[in-house]
Amino acid sequence: MSLPARVITLLVAFLAVVAGAAFLVIHYFLYTPPTVDYSAGVTPNSGGTINVVMQEDPQNTVSSHPDWVSYFIKDPKTGRWVHTTLFKVPAGTRVNMTILGYDGCTPIRNPYFDKVTGTIGGTAQFNGKTVTQINAWSGCNVGHTFSIPGINLNVPMGTPSLTATLCGPSPCTSGPHATMTFSFNTPKTAGTYFWQCRVPCGGGFIDGFGGPMQTLGFMTGNMQVVS
Amino acid sequence: MAASAAPSVRSADSGGRNHGLWIFLIWLPIALAADLLIYFVWGPHLPPGTMSNTAQSQQFDIKVMAVMAAPVMAGVLVYFGYALVVWRQRDGDDSDGPAIHGHAGIQAAWITVTSVIVLSLAVFGTYELAWKGMDGAGAGQGPSPIWKPAGGTPLQVQVIGQQWRFTYRYPQFGGFETTDLVLPVGQAVQFNVTSLDVIHDFWAYQLGVKADANPGVNNVAYTTPTHTGVVTVRCDELCGLWHGAMFNYGKVVTMAQFQAWANKTETQLASITAILPPYSTVYDPTVVPQMSKAMQKGGLTGGNGYYYPPNDPVQP
Repeated sequence: MSLPARVITLLVAFLAVVAGAAFLVIHYFLYTPPTVDYSAGVTPNSGGTINVVMQEDPQNTVSSHPDWVSYFIKDPKTGRWVHTTLFKVPAGTRVNMTILGYDGCTPIRNPYFDKVTGTIGGTAQFNGKTVTQINAWSGCNVGHTFSIPGINLNVPMGTPSLTATLCGPSPCTSGPHATMTFSFNTPKTAGTYFWQCRVPCGGGFIDGFGGPMQTLGFMTGNMQVVS
Repeated sequence: MAASAAPSVRSADSGGRNHGLWIFLIWLPIALAADLLIYFVWGPHLPPGTMSNTAQSQQFDIKVMAVMAAPVMAGVLVYFGYALVVWRQRDGDDSDGPAIHGHAGIQAAWITVTSVIVLSLAVFGTYELAWKGMDGAGAGQGPSPIWKPAGGTPLQVQVIGQQWRFTYRYPQFGGFETTDLVLPVGQAVQFNVTSLDVIHDFWAYQLGVKADANPGVNNVAYTTPTHTGVVTVRCDELCGLWHGAMFNYGKVVTMAQFQAWANKTETQLASITAILPPYSTVYDPTVVPQMSKAMQKGGLTGGNGYYYPPNDPVQP
């Protein structure tokens, strides 16, 4: 091979490696899911109220991990479901949360987190019925939790009946589901609060706590409080 | 011509000065001053403080080690500075330095002194760990601790690590579980540290307590709080996405306040305590012992109380 050919080959190979590395960095390390903004039009610390709507599904819309359980958040502007777990809320505001549980049940590892904490009144509504805890070990009726440790918020998510056929393509718009509603107040100062699910629902991973449980956009995310 | 090109060689003796004595005389007051400052001025502020007997012993240990290390460090720095000043190359001096020869006395002294220091510290550290009243120096001793507090029954507090939060069970108060760590002052405490998933590490900084939280293992650590105040609890083992956020603040309160808190919390959490698994020093993270028939019917348990079938979970 001539010298110019060798130089060109080397250059092309080098550029290919650089391009591959750049793709990996951009695609996997710098990617963050979109943030759904619930703060628009609400003055922080003014006693306002917002309504946040989410759903948890047995699958998602991402081609690389289509079978990972996942949350979706409804965009208040468009009314469309967004595959993300990042949302923005105003400080010092009451959040009325509605979470539609389309996923099936998995026993929670530590039943302590069957207890509802951090909500206004210390209660949640499971299909309209007020509950302070849901016993996940006595019946197959909890699929996930919505927990924000930074504000001591923890709400177990109810599930549709055991015999129900779970919703197919996500985001789910119909089919059997449980409806959990609860309210909480956002902190009065700005900050980012991570939230997570406490049910080991990462099937296929050690003790069910890998994959979607550790990945933004699936079963954990951030609540960004703005003031 | 050839003879005139040979380089001159500088004498190692700069004017007949006894360099060893000079270095020693410079080093001695610096080392003494450093040790006094470390022990009496800086020492009381060294981590982890004096909030428990184990924290106090750790602070003392760090003071002793710093006092031992400071003269060594001072010696190196003084020698370095002396060499820079006294043995520096002067303007116009193109001669070679003196030849370096071994000095058996200096080598033997260096090896002897450093060996004595290191071995003394090893003996001192072992003594501190096993000394009656130190109770293992606040470290996790595994399920069968060798060093236990003398006299009386310690307060049992189970520390349960799980991604990404610590919870605490109080078996002497009905086994209630809470996210609040509250301890009484003046009372020996036995931490039974375990995990429900991956390896965590329970680090109660101001108490000088640090013990790994391993799934399926009871890691016992002791301490006796000596002052009331706030305790920072952190996970000190990289445990996943939100490891950095896995912390909380505990409290050391008076015995009366603790009793009131424990009794009130036991009552408040009675309904959730009723559905907790019976108190145990360890819990199998892969099994739900009270798995309901409904779950098994749903095929979620592998039919034997496991979360997933035997081949699942697997390594990703």
